[in-house]
Amino acid sequence: MKVTVERAELLKSLSHVHRVVERRNTIPILANVLIRTGASGLELKATDLDLEVVETVPAQVDREGATTVPAHVVYDIVRKLPEGAQVLLESSGDRGTLAVRAGRARFTLQTLPQEDFPDLAAGEFTHAFKLKGAEFRRLVDKTQFAISTEETRYYLNGIFLHVAEAKGAGKATLRAVATDGHRLAQAELEAPEGAAGMPGIIVPRKTVAEVQKLLEDKDAEVTVSLSTTKIRVAVGAIVLTSKLIDGTFPDYNRVIPAGNDKVLLVDKADFAAAVDRVSTVSSERGRAVKLSLNDGKLVLSVTNPDSGSATEELEVDYAAEPLDIGFNSRYLLDITAQLEGDTAELKLADSGSPTLVRDSTKSDALYVLMPMRV
Amino acid sequence: MAAPLPGFCRDCRADAGSGPRCVVCGSPRLVRHGQIDSLTVAHVDCDAFFAAVEKRDDPSLADVPLIIGGGTRGVVSTACYIARIHGVRSAMPMFKAKALCPQAVVLKPNMEKYRIAGRQVRALMQALTPLVEPLSIDEAFLDLAGTERLHRLSPGRALARFAQQVETEVGITVSIGLASNKFLAKTASELDKPRGYSVLGQEEAPEFLAPRPITFIWGVGPAFGAKLARDGLNRIGDIQRLGEIDMLRRYGAEGQRLWRLSLGIDTRKVEPHRAAKSVSAETTFDTDIRELRPLEQILYGLCEEVCGRLRRGEIAGRTVTLKLKGADFRARTRSRALETPTQLAARLYEAAHDLLVKEVDGTPFRLVGVGLSELVPGAEADPADLVDTKTPRLKAAEDAMEQLRARFGAGAVDRGILLGATPRHRRPPRPR
Repeated sequence: MKVTVERAELLKSLSHVHRVVERRNTIPILANVLIRTGASGLELKATDLDLEVVETVPAQVDREGATTVPAHVVYDIVRKLPEGAQVLLESSGDRGTLAVRAGRARFTLQTLPQEDFPDLAAGEFTHAFKLKGAEFRRLVDKTQFAISTEETRYYLNGIFLHVAEAKGAGKATLRAVATDGHRLAQAELEAPEGAAGMPGIIVPRKTVAEVQKLLEDKDAEVTVSLSTTKIRVAVGAIVLTSKLIDGTFPDYNRVIPAGNDKVLLVDKADFAAAVDRVSTVSSERGRAVKLSLNDGKLVLSVTNPDSGSATEELEVDYAAEPLDIGFNSRYLLDITAQLEGDTAELKLADSGSPTLVRDSTKSDALYVLMPMRV
Repeated sequence: MAAPLPGFCRDCRADAGSGPRCVVCGSPRLVRHGQIDSLTVAHVDCDAFFAAVEKRDDPSLADVPLIIGGGTRGVVSTACYIARIHGVRSAMPMFKAKALCPQAVVLKPNMEKYRIAGRQVRALMQALTPLVEPLSIDEAFLDLAGTERLHRLSPGRALARFAQQVETEVGITVSIGLASNKFLAKTASELDKPRGYSVLGQEEAPEFLAPRPITFIWGVGPAFGAKLARDGLNRIGDIQRLGEIDMLRRYGAEGQRLWRLSLGIDTRKVEPHRAAKSVSAETTFDTDIRELRPLEQILYGLCEEVCGRLRRGEIAGRTVTLKLKGADFRARTRSRALETPTQLAARLYEAAHDLLVKEVDGTPFRLVGVGLSELVPGAEADPADLVDTKTPRLKAAEDAMEQLRARFGAGAVDRGILLGATPRHRRPPRPR
């Protein structure tokens, strides 16, 4: 193999694919990136056996071929090469090495045979649809924070992506839901063509994080293909393929409160700042902040027997009967950070029941928060 | 001739003269020490407690070797001092004890009886000082600082009177260690057992401790002891010689703690309300068990016992520890942290069972135990969750079982897992 690539192009692609490679690997070849000449340039591929990213960069191919080299090393090399350099990659089949040359710098890297590089056999995809990068990114961004890290409930370790009926409208939506049992986040958009009838899938946390990074270009068109076991996200020259979590996502509709009649409207920024302030005195373990609501007034308070207490009062729109309820302050902040618009709307029932949070203008994202005992 | 050290008679508490016997009552039980009237921290330990209670209740046992312990397979919980002459020790397997002392009388423990006696002793301790820190049913630290005017006796003498009271009112004997701190008090109480009274002052502590093995220090087990031995530290004196800085440098904060203890320095306070750190239950089988099913059933019974105690104590635990002991006496412990603290036998069992399944590989086991640590207030147990529909139902089920048992007795209701379990696989319910 002998190819010449623009340093900037190569660096961008390597930065995408090398992230997939785990820092510690028991299987040596998983630490490597596959480099292969193709019809439209040079193809780079990395995998952790659950997730695979392939990206094609334009290259001048002098001799075809394929090999694998340590991903983090080659990434670091290319990163340190001078800007605007032309990078020459040349493999010598008999010595099992790859030469990387740019200007007067020359590196020789040990390779592993490309035949050993695992392929994430994608199989047939049953459904495919296209949508805007910004739209898909929004679904992910709004829900990602609520993904659970609890290993025993592995089926919560991802975003549940499925087609649902929008309430009342009779229109199908593509909906993303994530929950860790303490909070739940849901975001949706009008279902793109081709999504109808797709199976509900759970996209693992790591894949979600990679997708977020690949969708930096908001105008790019994203093609999503999926089956019951795999998802493929294609953006420009990048194709990400991932296994899905094999499990059943719980019936989340059951926990989205429908009858909460105590409505609190509060300025989002003021609320977040006040919660953040009073939670300064809370302990690492119990991060409960108490919300005391009474006739247009909200008192936030934290009492920590080890360090002290704090209260702050806010003018709010609240006309229902007085209520005291506690929440994990970090969860409150996570959710308010996702709200659009200026006003947060909290629909409450009682101090022991889940509370519904959304921004008062848009209706395509909602959050449910479990109270804490205070 | 130097003036005799101050001291008193343990029988009549008169000042000790200079002779070998009390000038008032003629008793030889005199105790003398330079600081005997100023030291306040004591360790009190009942002598061969279970055996002593049995001997009290059945005088025919008075002069025979007596072992208290479970069945043919259990371990010795207590051996009386006659049995100890033959080499029988606590925690020794019963078959070994019987081989050493075939003429011994073996009794199964009657915990209810011991609890009553233990409570009597505890009450007498609490009459001495509110600062009583129980270590177990028959052992406690006491701090008598500031009680001199109340008792019109120095702490040392008040303790001697207390020992007499225990003998007359409870009918068993205790050994007392009087010192300036907990470590030395505990060390002292071991010196003169049974029916002993020893005083260990701060001044003589370094010299007294120096020739003793390092494992003598509380908290240094066989593993750490072996590590220290590899580093050339065998006796407490070796630690004293190495010095604080080197111990700190080599072993960190633990090294510094050891250095301090090696000189008899211990700043821990006597804490009457020291909360439990973990709650656990274990059982030794009559015959070794290799199969999963009977182990599961015993494990479930133990989980119920642990959770019953958590409920009654209004606490909950977060870290599950499974303990297994093979027929070769090799112990295995496995732990797992739960996402949220629990009080539910079913949740404890689920986690412990996961750990158990990985260990059952045909090895014969003689003991299984389960415990919960990282304890928190009961109100934090099994919190409500958006997606977990199981826990609230388990909670309701266990509440209902608890109520049924309270009304109709411990055997009123059981989980299906115990179906077909032979009685030896059921744990007798613990009396309330």
